[in-house]
Amino acid sequence: MTEKRHAISVEVNGLRRTDEVPARLSLVDWLRDRQRLTGTHIGCEHGTCGACSVMLDGEAVRSCLMFAVQADGHRVKTVEGLCNADGTLGVLQDSFCETHAMQCGYCTPGMLIAAQALLDTVPDPTEAQIRDAIGGNLCRCTGYQQIVDAIKLAARKMGSGPNFEPT
Amino acid sequence: MTKFGPDPIFRYIGKKRRAKEDPRFVMGRGRFAADIWLPGMKHVALVASPHPSARIVSIDASAALALPGVHYALTGEEYCDACDALMIGVDAPKVERYALARGVVRYVGEWVVAVVADTRAIAEDAAELVEVVYEPTPHVIDPEVAIKDDSPLVHPAHGSNVILHKHFNWGPVDDTFARAEHTLAMRVRWGRSSTVPIETFGAVAQWDPGQELLDVWASVQMPKFPDQLARALRLPGNAVRVHYDVDVGGSYGVKRGIKHTTLVGYLAKRLGMPIRLVEDRLENMRGGDMHGPDRIFDMNVAFDGNGTLRGLKIRAIDDVGAYAGRSPFQLGKPVTAICGPYRIGAIEYEPIAVLTNKTPEEAVRGFGQSPTNFALERTLDCVARYLEIDPIEIRRRNLIRKDEFPYKIPSGSTYDSGDYHTVVDKTLAAADYPALVAQRDAARRAGKLAGIGISTCLEPNGGNSGFEPLLNPKNDTTTWMDSCLVRVDLNAAITGVMGTSSSGQGHETLVSTVIGEVLERDPETIRVVRADSLQALPSNSPVGSRMAIMLGGAAAGAARKIREALIDIAAHNLRCSIEQVEYRDGNCSVRGQPDKRLTWEQLVGIAHRTIHKMPSGMEPGLQAKFVWDVPTGGALPSPDNTIQIYPCYSFEAHLVYVEIDPDTAAPEIRKYVCGHDCGVMISPDIVHGMTYGGIAHGIGAALYEKFSYTADGQLQSGTLMDYLIPTAMEVPPIAIVDHCTPSPLTTFGQKGSGEAGYLGGPAAVGNAINDALAPLGARMDETPMTHDALWHTIHNARSPEAK
Repeated sequence: MTEKRHAISVEVNGLRRTDEVPARLSLVDWLRDRQRLTGTHIGCEHGTCGACSVMLDGEAVRSCLMFAVQADGHRVKTVEGLCNADGTLGVLQDSFCETHAMQCGYCTPGMLIAAQALLDTVPDPTEAQIRDAIGGNLCRCTGYQQIVDAIKLAARKMGSGPNFEPT
Repeated sequence: MTKFGPDPIFRYIGKKRRAKEDPRFVMGRGRFAADIWLPGMKHVALVASPHPSARIVSIDASAALALPGVHYALTGEEYCDACDALMIGVDAPKVERYALARGVVRYVGEWVVAVVADTRAIAEDAAELVEVVYEPTPHVIDPEVAIKDDSPLVHPAHGSNVILHKHFNWGPVDDTFARAEHTLAMRVRWGRSSTVPIETFGAVAQWDPGQELLDVWASVQMPKFPDQLARALRLPGNAVRVHYDVDVGGSYGVKRGIKHTTLVGYLAKRLGMPIRLVEDRLENMRGGDMHGPDRIFDMNVAFDGNGTLRGLKIRAIDDVGAYAGRSPFQLGKPVTAICGPYRIGAIEYEPIAVLTNKTPEEAVRGFGQSPTNFALERTLDCVARYLEIDPIEIRRRNLIRKDEFPYKIPSGSTYDSGDYHTVVDKTLAAADYPALVAQRDAARRAGKLAGIGISTCLEPNGGNSGFEPLLNPKNDTTTWMDSCLVRVDLNAAITGVMGTSSSGQGHETLVSTVIGEVLERDPETIRVVRADSLQALPSNSPVGSRMAIMLGGAAAGAARKIREALIDIAAHNLRCSIEQVEYRDGNCSVRGQPDKRLTWEQLVGIAHRTIHKMPSGMEPGLQAKFVWDVPTGGALPSPDNTIQIYPCYSFEAHLVYVEIDPDTAAPEIRKYVCGHDCGVMISPDIVHGMTYGGIAHGIGAALYEKFSYTADGQLQSGTLMDYLIPTAMEVPPIAIVDHCTPSPLTTFGQKGSGEAGYLGGPAAVGNAINDALAPLGARMDETPMTHDALWHTIHNARSPEAK
């Protein structure tokens, strides 16, 4: 391969990762193919389905619409970064399991990122806010219902502290 | 197989339990086809036809091959000589289908050249450098033009564009229509849509010349996939090993990918390199061969003045696109529920599958049942409107009554069980129907367009394939078995082994729940794995809403053999009869003598280590397989073309309230209630999830989704910006009301549910739209009822000429 390469340094899930990449390499391809973080999925490569959502400096973005070089110097969080430090499930992930907010699991990482970005800024969202926040993430399995339920559950758990018991 | 009692109390079945599969998905640790990354793996990009019909004059790949990093450019000339044509279900051997076109192309997007390179990006660059010269030839897009004698032929060697044409008559049809008080004829169209999973199709293949073995990882949901793959590649069946431990990112029928996988299989063997093909979205939408049914129904119904249905004639033309695998069979499955949940004594059915220059059709959720239900339910609403009978009342009058089961329909299938009236009543109660009617009427008074729609539909399930011999007499398939192996290891842990991949149906949860139920062991401790195709027992994959019945039944059967073996060992060592052994939680004791007891661990230990303590003749180790044939299967069609196709019949009643903005024509679903009876639910969260998802599919098919073609054969909706998938903003909150009428045919009384929601959703949404349009005197009988189509319908109805 003879394409010119560019040095990048990106903080991914708290760890600095450096690489030299072609200018045209998308962020999602860099994460999946070169960092082997395959939790982030590709669904459309034109910014419509949301499966490739990651957080860039705390905001949900589509990693298929960004080049890896644009992430140089920024912080990226992927689904792999949502677990607690000890590897156990985070509150949102656990809530997704509790309500069975997935079937095939393919859109799930993007949904989790979109939901986490919402809860980070709106701790007690309404159903309308939840649906709006995941409105750019397509799911073909669930009809969204159990996903909405999971996000509501997570918000309640987070708002009620660690002793929350689901009703 | 013995059943649990009439009022079974289950320990694990039907209980709230987390799905076994979910943790890996929320951690981002699923293992999808695109996650398989082999050392030295090369990537494929495709050169696709821009013409709906053309002769390939020449192909020049020299510029592509000169690009650094490019390894190969494969054409149809080489491929079609080296491989056999893919299997076709109907009797049309001259309609040959290969992974790459040779000589001619038959649809826009058809694969012409496969370019192999170090990266997908280089492969795409190289694909753009391949020069193909085409000579366009006449094409045909409209199936009603395609069936005419002077139409261009998609496959001239076949001699016609009609690939299947049958004429069935069940009962005294002509007599019924001649004597009918009323008849009504109408045309209903089901537009070309599909289930469009968010994961495109992906396949990776690696050839080991030392073992002469092809390893395959693919996002596949397809019966008999390894067998067909081996046959197309001219390899023995045992030279292809399909790894089923690949998570499939949604399928709902369409993830067949036999074309894709034979291509990468051939390339892997030819080049001696691991080869990967993962479709991009455009390749998926136009060349992935996964469009769904595209139908024209001519409906003719005979009925009494009180709304009692007497006879039905259905002529269904299905546009299957340019090639066919199993797709024409989608006209066959509806035979098993051709009259829906209604008493109709005489039925004529004329299914016609037509080839056109469009992307081929593939199996889609419901296998043709959803379009048929849509046509039937639209027809019933039109009868109700014609007679000025309430659409709910006309259904009540015609639904099969609870005391009539088992109920045999004219086409030969016997419905196993049901309580349709109760499900309808529960649905109406949950929706607070009188309040909903008041809400609609108030909205109308306020100048809005508002409507309520109902559908009452069947979900045939169990996945037998009796439609194959019905539609193709040369095909004498009569079994569609599934199987499970249960083993208990020396440390007394249980593993269930299944032999197929899953695409979200939660089969690991299903199998562990069932084994846990039978062996009285905690499902959380039971691991479920997927054998590869060389190690697996036979499976026909999760199609036709079959796995709760078939895989669940097989897992129960295997677990029961383990339970019986443990009881035998206990009786032998406790010196009592088998009947005296009490089995509880996996431990065995002599009834009435609790101190005479062997624990689960002790019993398992005997089976593994101390054959001298086992009954003579018993196999050491502790494992059992069970292969189950579909209940009620095993027969070919009778000479009168009647046949039992599917064993079990779930029922769904949908009630939908829609408002349409009178100015913008934007539809909004304000209320959605679905009453559902699929017998005993093994995993309620999973069943409900699939039903919600099926309803969302149904909303998409009814209102948004269409593979639209121009008259010159170009696909207009090849991206997710043109092909509109409903989001969380279009899919409303949905209320599901459960009812349980156990099936008498299955292990625990379960029925299937994988196609739930999708089978009745489009009909209910369509009926609601039509109820909203009724005050304008307007009507729509074609899906999708898009925003644009709605606007034109409303505008035309209001224009002065329409008055």
